Order: sequence, then structure tokens, then C-alpha cells
Amino acid sequence: MAAINLDDSVMTTRLDSVVNWARKNSLWPLPFGTACCAIEFMSMMASRYDFSRFGAEALRFSPRQSDMLLVLGTITNKQAPVLRQIYAQMAEPKWVVAVGVCASSGGMYRTYATLQGIDRVVPVDVYVPGCPPRPEGMIFGVMELQKQISRESLSARKEHVEQFYRSLARQEELQQARGLSQYQVVREMVLEAGAQGGQRIW
Amino acid sequence: MEPTSKHTPDGDRMIVNMGPSHPVTHGTLHIVLELEGEIIVKATPNIGYLHRGVEKLGENLTYQQFIPLTDRLNYCSSLMNNVGYTLAVEKLLGIQDPPRSQVLRVLCSELARIGDHLVCIGINAVDIGAFTAFLYLFRERETIYDLFEMMAGQRLHSSFTRIGGLFRDIPPEFEPLCEQFLDSCPRTVDEMEALLTHNPIWADRTKGVGAITPENAISWGYTGPCLRAAGVAQDLRKAQPYLGYDTYEFDTPIGTTGDVYDRYLVRTEEIRQSLRIVRQCLDRLKQIGPGPVIIEDYKIALPPKEKVYTRMESLIHHFKLIMHGIDMPVGEVYGATEAANGELGFYLVSHGGKSPYRIHVRPPCYPIFNSFDEQVRGRIIADAVSVLGGMNVIAGELDR
Amino acid sequence: MVIERIEAQLPGAILDRHAFRGDETVTVAGASFLAVVDLLFGEGFQMLLDVTAVDLETPEFRFEVVYHLLNLASQARLRIKVPVADGAAQPSLTGRFKSADWAEREVFDLFGIPFEGHPNLTRLLMWEDFPGHPLRKDYPLDGGDPFCSNDIGASYSPEARSLNA
Repeated sequence: MAAINLDDSVMTTRLDSVVNWARKNSLWPLPFGTACCAIEFMSMMASRYDFSRFGAEALRFSPRQSDMLLVLGTITNKQAPVLRQIYAQMAEPKWVVAVGVCASSGGMYRTYATLQGIDRVVPVDVYVPGCPPRPEGMIFGVMELQKQISRESLSARKEHVEQFYRSLARQEELQQARGLSQYQVVREMVLEAGAQGGQRIW
Repeated sequence: MEPTSKHTPDGDRMIVNMGPSHPVTHGTLHIVLELEGEIIVKATPNIGYLHRGVEKLGENLTYQQFIPLTDRLNYCSSLMNNVGYTLAVEKLLGIQDPPRSQVLRVLCSELARIGDHLVCIGINAVDIGAFTAFLYLFRERETIYDLFEMMAGQRLHSSFTRIGGLFRDIPPEFEPLCEQFLDSCPRTVDEMEALLTHNPIWADRTKGVGAITPENAISWGYTGPCLRAAGVAQDLRKAQPYLGYDTYEFDTPIGTTGDVYDRYLVRTEEIRQSLRIVRQCLDRLKQIGPGPVIIEDYKIALPPKEKVYTRMESLIHHFKLIMHGIDMPVGEVYGATEAANGELGFYLVSHGGKSPYRIHVRPPCYPIFNSFDEQVRGRIIADAVSVLGGMNVIAGELDR
Repeated sequence: MVIERIEAQLPGAILDRHAFRGDETVTVAGASFLAVVDLLFGEGFQMLLDVTAVDLETPEFRFEVVYHLLNLASQARLRIKVPVADGAAQPSLTGRFKSADWAEREVFDLFGIPFEGHPNLTRLLMWEDFPGHPLRKDYPLDGGDPFCSNDIGASYSPEARSLNA
């Protein structure tokens, strides 16, 4: 009987590496497109920049079926609770990329109506600046996210996700207690956090 | 999300939310659909999810600083918003930009109009399921982006115009690329038409859907391709010409029933007519020859850097313009242009300061989206998707 | 021409008229507003392009509600301004023009001017329990959010904060 040469058919590695490799090369985005960055995202999906080379061909507009939330465009105070709900509905592992300056920091809209950065209401992994960022810039942002993912460890549960769910519970409590709409509750939580010097509500 | 209907629920009625995060909604729109089976009994659009406070911000910025904010109104055709706004400010000042700048403004407006219609038809097709048309059309849009990048330095939000003219003149590489675009775009539009116009599935999904009578369209305040598809021959470029549009030769397509199929045909034909105008602009640029692209009045437009660095007078003009803004006359003005979606109006109230006292944007898709309930009542959900695509609602200009 | 005909039929309705840079503007008293609009509709001004308002903060009347009308046949435009006091209501044009629906709701939302006879006068751009009316001059640009304007120089907001403070 011939001896089987295992070296050619089996490789050994760490479980973390394999799982991270699989995750980072099949990031299914949820394009949460609100404004102009969504148009540049459309360009990125079209044939010249071709985002699907990164395993992101499957655009799932349902949070249950995607793992990367691409926030494309300005998030206003009216949209903030919607964003939180979509993020809450995503299954772990999940990552958030804030595309454009409006999502990263409110952009040029320093007004009563615009949320000054989505990191006030949801945890963010990568910020891509630009108004709008070029498709190459967005692709670079996703590549940075891929580098981050390859450094993750399977055993550690993510602290920021836990904090987010606690803040969601706090939001619902406040809604019940004061009978306000979800928009007003999130706005008040953001203003309160601002008054105390912090920026985040999660 | 809580349902927003106030009546007691009927046994068979179901309330479904379309949006604010939904693949089909362009930008963030929220429509609450009350359904009986698949028939829509009532559709209530809920807007304001992209209300960024642009009008209030404009009261604190100077007239020149407002130009980048106008870019982001209708972000599919940013240059047309720039042109519309600076024309309104120039109307308030009572000045006119030089001839070469006028031709360039027409050129970039028409390129932006082509870009907007390409996106509108492409996304309308994607929503209904025809993905290939979108990919073909976006190839042409990439060429338009290259042209804009050559002209103004940015692909999407160029802020190309200034009060009194333009930011800078076009580089010499622009013309060959534009000629190449004029050559390839008609062929792409032909390919797209071969895919869609006589396609029985497209016709089934769009013919008869969202039809509107001319009187109803006028009462709703429709303007632009949706109004022309309904049969009313209203095009501001012909009716109230600006930037010398009355000297260009082009036709305006008029539809008959106003349904989504007619709107698609009107937009396709408008792309072809815009290509005609771009060709005439290129010829006219050669005729006019080199010249200034911004007025030489340094109380309104910044003097060129060489003069600022060498002459005291220009330095003072530069300082005054940046620190104190332009000396605006007291008064109010409404400047309207024919944007890709319809009549884009800017209402400026000036009390003489460096910022407008009040600035209001009249978005073309605002009254069109207002009529959404009437358009889809009694139809099935799939028609809501087609109608929404045919209206070309851009959330940036809807909510401002 | 049109304005003279209106003056003849409804004396005292028109408080002021002027033309500036080719735009015709008439200021109409609130009591005769609906009659003027009916007359104009008969004259061919059948498209209501826009309804908006300006917060002038003058002592007699705080707001001016501004209507833009277009006559499709003659391509004439007309701007009608109606002075409205703080808290007073303005009659709604939804019976005559369908485009008044959202335009008036937006004015109600952002300025707080109620419109009588509007079928659904609720907030449009802001959420239902938003406190205040943003486009009024006494409403701050940042809406009370300290992170909006914490590093801008004096040219933007009245309560500018210096980086050195």
C-alpha cells in the first residue's frame, strides 16, 4: 500500500485565523444609503471599481442577512433611532463602516437636525473621510476593516456590542417612562451625553 | 417601527413599512402602506429623514459659502444646483457672467442632466429587476465623472460655479474626452433602449402605472420630465430662457399619458437632446475662443492670485470679500432653472448683510412625491416600486 | 395689468406692490387673501409653485407667508406675501391647489404658523414631538447641542466659543 503524503492535502493553522480569513473575504454589506455617498457606493459596485472582488457581491438590504453595515450619507437626528434599530437587528459578528464625513462627524451640517457623527449612537469600526470619498477610498476603508478582522480573536466577546445593547435597553426604558417618541428619546440621550462632556450614548 | 395609521384596524388590512431603510427607497424615504392583500388602500409618505437644516445654515453662511451646500441637494446632478443658485444670486445682484462662462455653464448643466437621467433610469430598472441596464448606463456616468473631475477637480460634488462665473476654465484634455463621450453615449443609450423599450416585462410593469392627467399634474405642482410626460409642454429652457438657451437648437419631448413608461421615454429622449446641446456648446467654445470665465468686478468675484500678491488694491478687495462678503442690495428674488427633475427654485431674501436673511430652496421632486398616495391608490405594491422610481425622488433635495 | 384688475375688483386688498429685478411682488391683506387667489386662478395663475415664510420679527406682524404662482399660458410669475402675526392662522389653499398640502405643512413645522382648513396639519420634516420651530429666528442653529459649534470662529454662530478659552 502506498504511503499517503499528507503534506500536500492538509494544512495546519489556528482556528482564529481560518475563521477570520473566511469572515473578512465574504463581507456582505448592508448599504445603509441615505445621501450622496450612496451614489459613490453605486459607482463602487459598478464595473469600473467592482467591489464584488472583495466577496461583497451579495448586497443584502436585510440586517438579518448581512454582516457589514456601510453607513453612506448624512444621518439626521430623525434617522438615528432607525440606524440603532438596524444595527441591533444584525447578527454578530457585525462591523460598521462610517463612509463619508457626514457619517463620521456630521460633515458640514453643524445644525439642529444632523447627528454629529454616528459614533454617538452606534459603535464604529472604520471611518472613511471624504465628501464623498472616492470609490478607491471606500475600498481602502474596507481593506482596513479586513486587516482589523484578521487580528480579532474568537473567544473574546466584543465589549462595544454589549454596551450598545445596554444602551438600547436604556432607550426603551426611557421611552416607556416618559411616553416620548423614539426620535425624541434618542435626541435627549445625545444632548444629555453632550452636556456631561461625553459624546456617546452607548 | 410603530404604525402611524390612526384608524381602527380592519380585519383584512395590513400595515407595511417601506423604509426608511429599504433597497428601493432612493435615499431615506418612509412610506406607510395600508394593504388589503396586495392592493394598496392608502400610502402615506413620511419624509424628513434627511432634513439637514440647510436653509437655517444658509442664514449663517455667506452667499459664496452656500455653494457647496447646493451641490448636495440633488446629488445626482450637482452642477445644475450650483448653476441654479449662482444664477439666483446674480439675479439679485443684477450682473451677468461673461459669454465663455455662460457656454460652459450650459455645457456642464447638460452633462449633469444626462448623468441624472442615467441614474434615474438605471435605478428605476434595478428596482424592477433589470440589472444589466444599470451597469451599462453607469459606464457612461463614469465618463461624465471623469469630465467633471477634469473641469472642477471633483467627481461628484464639484462646486464649480462662483458668483459671477466659474471657478476655472476647462483644461485642453477636456475636449477630446468630451468628443469621445459624445460618440459612445448614444450607442450606450441605444443598447439600453434595446434592453428595455420593447421589452414586454418592462412594458407590463410600467405602462399604465402612475398615469396622471395634465390638469391634475398642474394642480399638484409637477414640473420637469414628469409634467412633460403628462402632456404639458413646459420647459423653462424654452419658456423662460436663461444662459442663452434660446440660441441653442434642441427639442423637448412631450408624453401622452404621464405613466412611468412615458416618463422613461421622455428621459431617454432628453438624454439625446442634451447630447445635441453639448455638441453645440463645444462648437461654440471654439467660436468664442479663450476669454475670462468670471466677471472682472472685484467687489463680487475674487481677483486672481497674481494680482492679489502684487497689487495693494487687489489685496484689499480680496480681504473685503473674504471678511465682509459681497455688498448685496436689499431685496428678494426668486431664481428658477430647469434642473433634471423640474423647476429648481431659489428664493433669496437679502437685508444687505453678508448672509442671506432667508434662503429657501424649491425642490422639484417635493410636490411630485406629495402626489404619491393618489398615484398608487388601488394598485399593487409592485406598482409602488415602479412609480417611486419614475418620480426620481432625491432625498437630498426633498428634505434639504 | 393683472394687479390693476385685482385692485379694481377688490379695493384695499393689495397693501403694497413692487417689482425688483423682474420679479413682481404684491403684499395682500390676510382678510382678502382667498379672494385674491381666486381672482388670480381665474386669470390663469394655476400653478402654485411654493409656499414658504420669512420670520421678520417686526412688531406689528412677525411672519410673512410667501406664495409663488406661475401662469403657464403667459409664463408670468407672481409673488404674493401675506403678513401674519405671531399665533395667527392663515387660510389654507389645499382646496384650490393640491401642491399646497406639503408646502403648508412644512411652513407649519418649521415656523409654527397654523393653516385653517388643512386636512392633515402635522409636522412633516421634524418628528411629531420635536420641541420648537427650527426656522424661527429665536431658535438656535445648533438646537442646543454643544458639539455642533464648539470650534468655529466668530463668523458662524452668535455663541461662538474660542479655542483659547
